[in-house]
Amino acid sequence: MSGPALILVLLAFSAVAFHLGRRRAFAVSASAGGVKNLHSLPSYYGGLTALWCALPAVVVLGLWVSFESSIVENLVVAGLPEETRALPPERLNLVVNDIRNLAEGNIVSGEVVPEMRAAADHYLELRRTAAAASAVVVLCVAIVGASLAWRRVSPSLRARNQVEQIVRVLLIASSTVAIFSTLGIVLSVLFEAIRFFGHVPIADFLFGLDWSPQMAIREDQVGSSGAFGAIPLFAGTLLISFIAMTVAAPIGLFAAIYLAEYATSAFRSVAKPVLEILAGIPTVVYGFFAALIVAPAIRDTGAIIGLDVASESALAAGLVMGVMIIPFVSSLSDDVINAVPQALRDGSYALGATRSETIRQVVLPAALPGIVGGLLLAISRAIGETMIVVMAAGLAANLTANPLQAVTTVTVQIVTLLVGDQEFDSPKTLVAFALGLVLFVVTLCLNVIALRVVRKYREQYD
Amino acid sequence: MRTSVHTSEAMARRLAKRRAAERRFRAYGIVAITLAILALATLFTSIVGNGYTAFQQTYIALEVTYDPEVLGLGEARDPKALSGANYPGLVKKTMRDMFPDVKGRKDKRALYGIVSSGAAFMIRERLLADPGLVGRTERIRVPADDDIDMLVKGHIDRQVPEAERRVKDNQIGWVETLEEAGRIERRFNTAFFTAGDSREPELAGIRGAAVGSLYALLVTLALSFPIGVAAAVYLEEFAPTNRLTDLIEVNINNLAAVPSIIFGLLGLSIFINFFGLPRSAPLVGGLVLTLMTLPTIIIASRAALKSVPPSIREAALGMGASKMQTITHHVLPLAMPGMLTGTIIGMAQALGESAPLLMIGMVAFIVDIPGGPLDPSTVLPVQIFLWADSPERAFVERTSAAIMVLLAFLITMNALAVVLRRRFERRW
Repeated sequence: MSGPALILVLLAFSAVAFHLGRRRAFAVSASAGGVKNLHSLPSYYGGLTALWCALPAVVVLGLWVSFESSIVENLVVAGLPEETRALPPERLNLVVNDIRNLAEGNIVSGEVVPEMRAAADHYLELRRTAAAASAVVVLCVAIVGASLAWRRVSPSLRARNQVEQIVRVLLIASSTVAIFSTLGIVLSVLFEAIRFFGHVPIADFLFGLDWSPQMAIREDQVGSSGAFGAIPLFAGTLLISFIAMTVAAPIGLFAAIYLAEYATSAFRSVAKPVLEILAGIPTVVYGFFAALIVAPAIRDTGAIIGLDVASESALAAGLVMGVMIIPFVSSLSDDVINAVPQALRDGSYALGATRSETIRQVVLPAALPGIVGGLLLAISRAIGETMIVVMAAGLAANLTANPLQAVTTVTVQIVTLLVGDQEFDSPKTLVAFALGLVLFVVTLCLNVIALRVVRKYREQYD
Repeated sequence: MRTSVHTSEAMARRLAKRRAAERRFRAYGIVAITLAILALATLFTSIVGNGYTAFQQTYIALEVTYDPEVLGLGEARDPKALSGANYPGLVKKTMRDMFPDVKGRKDKRALYGIVSSGAAFMIRERLLADPGLVGRTERIRVPADDDIDMLVKGHIDRQVPEAERRVKDNQIGWVETLEEAGRIERRFNTAFFTAGDSREPELAGIRGAAVGSLYALLVTLALSFPIGVAAAVYLEEFAPTNRLTDLIEVNINNLAAVPSIIFGLLGLSIFINFFGLPRSAPLVGGLVLTLMTLPTIIIASRAALKSVPPSIREAALGMGASKMQTITHHVLPLAMPGMLTGTIIGMAQALGESAPLLMIGMVAFIVDIPGGPLDPSTVLPVQIFLWADSPERAFVERTSAAIMVLLAFLITMNALAVVLRRRFERRW
């Protein structure tokens, strides 16, 4: 029985369990002088039975699924001939892979020997047995759980409290998913990065000026040692983010000021959603726009005025990224400008200041921490943005500050290194995780500072 | 007469200066908003302008004689023989019959290049469905090659020197002959909506990617909605103010701002390498997108729960309901529209997301339409990314069209969210 089917059957079982538990609650109440003498409403008894039916079974199923493949693999390996089992672990892994491919009807790397055919059959049989066994075990657990709960149903059973307790635990578990995903990110990125730093010293990575992350297949090959100096990537990322911010910061800020201080409510109700559309457009669309329309336009303009512009210039990617970030800056600044108390403005008007003087000398200084926080969030967004730069920025790791040349960024390199087949013991693959770690740490710092600044500012006027 | 400070000439000059500054400042704001709207308009017009022609495809009408000799069938009519027959040969023969004066290998090859390589497959499907057609002649419509399609649509300039365009002079001649004979027509491009990916632009469609997106979004919805709502209920209604709660809140806020590509790294090393889930599967994509959309859903759901006035809770508690009953019977139904709005917006984000999916191998070239969440597949935004990388002019058009489809989905979802909010918004 396949996984989804099993889960459906399990759902059906717990529906039946609910019904049975509820019926039994009515039955036991009859001997105790009516439903009013039950501790909880009858449906809680049903709910308790259903939970006892489903939860243990789901836990067993989860454990089974996570251990099945490794157990089956060990059994298959145990059935292999002696000399194959004596192979070093990597080679053995290859053999197991081949067996699995053979069993699934995929292309196999080596020639198919009868032992492998036998092992593949063995593998298939084990998988089938395992699938059948898992269905039987899971459903048995479900039935046992349900019947245990069903037998416990009695007028004095505090069913509601127990159901609520279980639901409460489930709620807590759901809310800790956030912690676990952060933990997962940190651990996965950190472990692979540490493995990378085993190959390449951390100082070479952080401060090296050369980036050419290829690994040799043979030792004596030309350019056999890759260079993993990430400075050109950091510089490229900063250059593109800087261009993006020079577009987004003034436009976003002035748009927010106009919307918050000058615009009529009719204009506001049109312009705000339009700006928000910019935020809702997928980044891949911006990437396409940058690569196909903006970059050629910039190159052609450059050619007319006699400038040599690379076809994947940092300027094109930066400009389009800036457009993407405008709504972040404007909506965050709009919020903080609106949070400035009206009394401050009224005071300024009373002294004879014009509107723009009030904004420049009273409102903006008061809103400055919040605006800075918003800009920091926008910078972190620009640094982590991937699709625009993958599609519109280059791959060449130039160390330059010239926006008309092609540069590459951290995210572009992560994507290029990890797309396609990869082996997980080569520095070429692992360096992507090291870059990911840097990216994560930098954006995390920016976010924490920004959120703290914004929050602190908000508390001032509340 | 004494001039007062308020009527002096210096004052008037100062005032004029201040008013000019005021006007300038105001103009900056208008310019900023105009620039933003201009950028949006340029984006939309360039994409629509590039893409609207992709919804039509050029077809060429061929007089095909299903000659058993040409097909290499002999007397056999069984499905096996039919499925292995020489259909490309039949197409070539038909083309030669239409232009009998074409001689020379190079010219012949150019002639065959007018129709799509998918024409042979179309004829195969036709004969497999109706073996009785063998030996007869009929007029069928086959898609033109992508370059011819571009030529007919006017994206290839016929005046440019031959060496600088992808279509040869003699091909243009043949196409013009066909046009005069009324054998070339542009029809609605159904393949674009019903086919999977292909290396041939005229045969490529978005169905595979759309189905992949659907599976990934179903997984995301099935996981992120219950978990998100549960987390929001706990944090808003039950959580005591302690270290754990603080930690959870900080984590949720940070996750909302972590670059999406980092989630891809997480998916690659945890879901694929550690748990051994299959690469390129919508299931893994859905899991990664779940983690990404959870913060959005949790934050929106908490806002919805906050907007339910405490008096409702107090009344329910006063009537003897337990805390859990208060929430499930009264607070949740009232907060549900807000939660659903947040979920739809989160789903729209997930639908547009592509960077993390590149990491988990959803960029493979996949022709088949996935049959389940474990089949290898790609998603709409990644399909756009893949097509944008292809050099053919016809793929530019199809990329733009795919973007239009994606944007249509996103706009529909966001509009639904707005409608839901307007309809069920309650002021207490």
